[in-house]
Amino acid sequence: MAENKVSTGSTGESGSTGESGSTGESGTTGESGTHALDARTAFEYAPAPESRAVVDLRSSYGLFIDGEFTAPGAGSSFKTVSPATEEVLAEVTEASAEDVDAAVKAARRAYDKVWSRMPGRERAKYLYRIARIVQERSRELAVLESLDNGKPIRESRDVDVPLVASWFFYYAGWADKLEYAGLRSTQPLGVAAQVIPWNFPLMMLAWKIAPALAAGNTVVLKPAETTPLTALLFAEICQQADLPPGVVNIVTGAGETGKALVAHPGVDKVAFTGSTEVGRAIAKAVAGTEKRVTLELGGKAANIVFDDAPVDQAVEGIVNGIFFNQGHVCCAGSRLLVQESVAEEVLHSLKRRMATLRVGDPLDKNTDIGAINSRDQLEKIHELSDTGDAEGAERWAPQCELPSTGFWFPPTIFTGVTQAHRIAREEIFGPVLSVLTFRTPAEAVEKANNTPFGLSAGVWSDKGSRILWMADQLRAGVVWANTFNRFDPASPFGGYKESGYGREGGRHGLEAYVR
Amino acid sequence: MTTAVSAGNGAGSGDLAEATSSEASLRRFLHGLPGVDQVGAEARAAMLGTRSIKTTAKELAIDLAIRMVDLTTLEGQDTPGKVRALSSKAMRPDPADPSCPQVAAVCVYPDMVPFARETLGDSGVHVASVATAFPSGRASMAVRLADTRDAVEAGADEVDMVIDRGAFLSGRYQQVFDEIVAVREACARPDGTAAHLKVIFETGELATYDNVRRASWLAMMAGADFIKTSTGKVSPAATLPVTLVMLEAVRDFREATGQMVGVKPAGGIRTSKDAIKYLVMVNEVAGPDWLDPVWFRFGASSLLNDLLMQRTKMKTGRYSGPDYFTLD
Repeated sequence: MAENKVSTGSTGESGSTGESGSTGESGTTGESGTHALDARTAFEYAPAPESRAVVDLRSSYGLFIDGEFTAPGAGSSFKTVSPATEEVLAEVTEASAEDVDAAVKAARRAYDKVWSRMPGRERAKYLYRIARIVQERSRELAVLESLDNGKPIRESRDVDVPLVASWFFYYAGWADKLEYAGLRSTQPLGVAAQVIPWNFPLMMLAWKIAPALAAGNTVVLKPAETTPLTALLFAEICQQADLPPGVVNIVTGAGETGKALVAHPGVDKVAFTGSTEVGRAIAKAVAGTEKRVTLELGGKAANIVFDDAPVDQAVEGIVNGIFFNQGHVCCAGSRLLVQESVAEEVLHSLKRRMATLRVGDPLDKNTDIGAINSRDQLEKIHELSDTGDAEGAERWAPQCELPSTGFWFPPTIFTGVTQAHRIAREEIFGPVLSVLTFRTPAEAVEKANNTPFGLSAGVWSDKGSRILWMADQLRAGVVWANTFNRFDPASPFGGYKESGYGREGGRHGLEAYVR
Repeated sequence: MTTAVSAGNGAGSGDLAEATSSEASLRRFLHGLPGVDQVGAEARAAMLGTRSIKTTAKELAIDLAIRMVDLTTLEGQDTPGKVRALSSKAMRPDPADPSCPQVAAVCVYPDMVPFARETLGDSGVHVASVATAFPSGRASMAVRLADTRDAVEAGADEVDMVIDRGAFLSGRYQQVFDEIVAVREACARPDGTAAHLKVIFETGELATYDNVRRASWLAMMAGADFIKTSTGKVSPAATLPVTLVMLEAVRDFREATGQMVGVKPAGGIRTSKDAIKYLVMVNEVAGPDWLDPVWFRFGASSLLNDLLMQRTKMKTGRYSGPDYFTLD
């Protein structure tokens, strides 16, 4: 009876479940003739954009050195755009080697004269104050993050910014308790040079700055060139918190600025999050110096679904694992390893679920997947996913209309992928999932570990003993059980092999910032 | 067609008949359903609760929610007068605005059915009656069946039965199954038609999501037209995650058998905001086909007035006080 399966096609999901063929046989319960209830209408969600008015964007920004912003326009500058519209948001100064030198010197002065001498409980007060201001200005931070990065406001509002606040709260708590943390020493290192990526601009800033400051270091931080704006807003928050000048310095720029910062002789510690390629270059640059280094690099995480997994939640976990933040996540679950006996069932549910994902305006509160951060990244995703086609994997994406301006890529899965495919080995850093299958737990472990990376992994099973066994076997810094992409400031995070070294978060995160 | 069925471990309709052939196979089937991860299910429900439904979508949702209300009074103090008043309200929820749709049904105890029937006439608003020794169900099967027949004879279009939670929790699934089948037979009318059967689980007593999923499949296989969360007499009543699990069950049941079953959360849904969260969940979990009073209902009493207030606000741009909306 046709009335049972009227497709309203609201988000283009029609056809996505068509392979089941079973809906065509519906109809035995359709005796609704006695109901005088009339025809249904499509439930289209009206646009629900978060207001930009809360953000006070300046047309140009200087650098934040020694507690002050330098005059914008001195020296060269670059533009930062909204990846959703390609609209220019602001002009940002490109820090020269001299600027970097000034920032490092300011950090050194602040370290020698103020911050290293300040009792931990006093440093904690500043960190608590920053955490509270982040909470107070959370909406402003979330909107600016979504504007500059392209991530959906739902994520910046519900994940990024709350985690930023919690990171400062957490490390504020450690500042006066370092001697109880079981560390090698409680002596800070000095000036930390920190270079962070564009995928979680504010969250990576918090992961870097909060433990450094708690342990008594001062920092010079370089945000990514495509996403400098929330770091500059954070500089304002430092001013608002009356943080002593020079404790936090923000220098904007691209690769050259980063190189100058990392290579600066006045730096005691280098902390980097980003690609494995750049991480290698940094490791080379600091080799043979006394600089301490922590690197958090790429990943190609396996998300492993066993036949006894809670299927509906596993599907949510797969979606969250690869489509969270458009897949711009170093620990993204980009390789789905699903047990052959349930592969068909899981893929069917996954495709049905993907058809309900809402791709579009990052500032719309109902958007699930926002814009790709930059044209460069979009090209890289295209290039790698094209090799998937060329190497014979089968591509599938739900029908979805992509906006005509800006950088967009639909949520995509490749089936029929083997370990020999490039898309199963290289980090795509986009909303592209490679699906592989396995037959036994041992094979799952072998495939999961057969990668140069080792940042994270996920295991889905209702059997506790198997989860523990898997966690023991997997060569990954984080193993999530029946969840994915969960972060907590108390939990250490970091990688094996080419995913880097050192741990961030938790008590372990302090180790990187003491002698 | 047994391909690509996402639940029931690949069960097609033939397998379902096999599943209900004995106590042992029924148990094997129900315990073979994929588990529900509590944390994950609650996180998904919470995420759907963050959807922002505004302007035209909100107008549509409010009218739809009004059309889905089973306007309910289930009190010891109910009288024919109270039921007549409620029935009048069901037909004309907002006397000041004739464009306001009527609700789906009025839900009462069996002895109140004649008064609801008399007032509602052929308005299209259904009469739903709880039965089977509602709310506990603690009576002999003979009494429960008599209760059901009584309601149907008095003119109930829909019967809301309760399952024996004691039997379910002690693993006597076959008994629960047989009782649902028996009540369904008692819903038959002499003219060959039958009252629609809603099966209440009292999810607050079943306690786990795994149990909710099993009860859902059990009731659907026994021929329920609707599966319903709660009586409203036990806390917690309807919640978003419980409804999520039930919506997944009806979605999977349709894929396995081609048959659609309705879902009715009841109890504790008081505001338009809550109701809209449920509609979002229906839309994104079961699918838009369920966005119809034939397939989704709210068991509620105070919800209706909040919907009316929001509706008036959407139309006029102003909030009116509660005195501008009728009580019963």
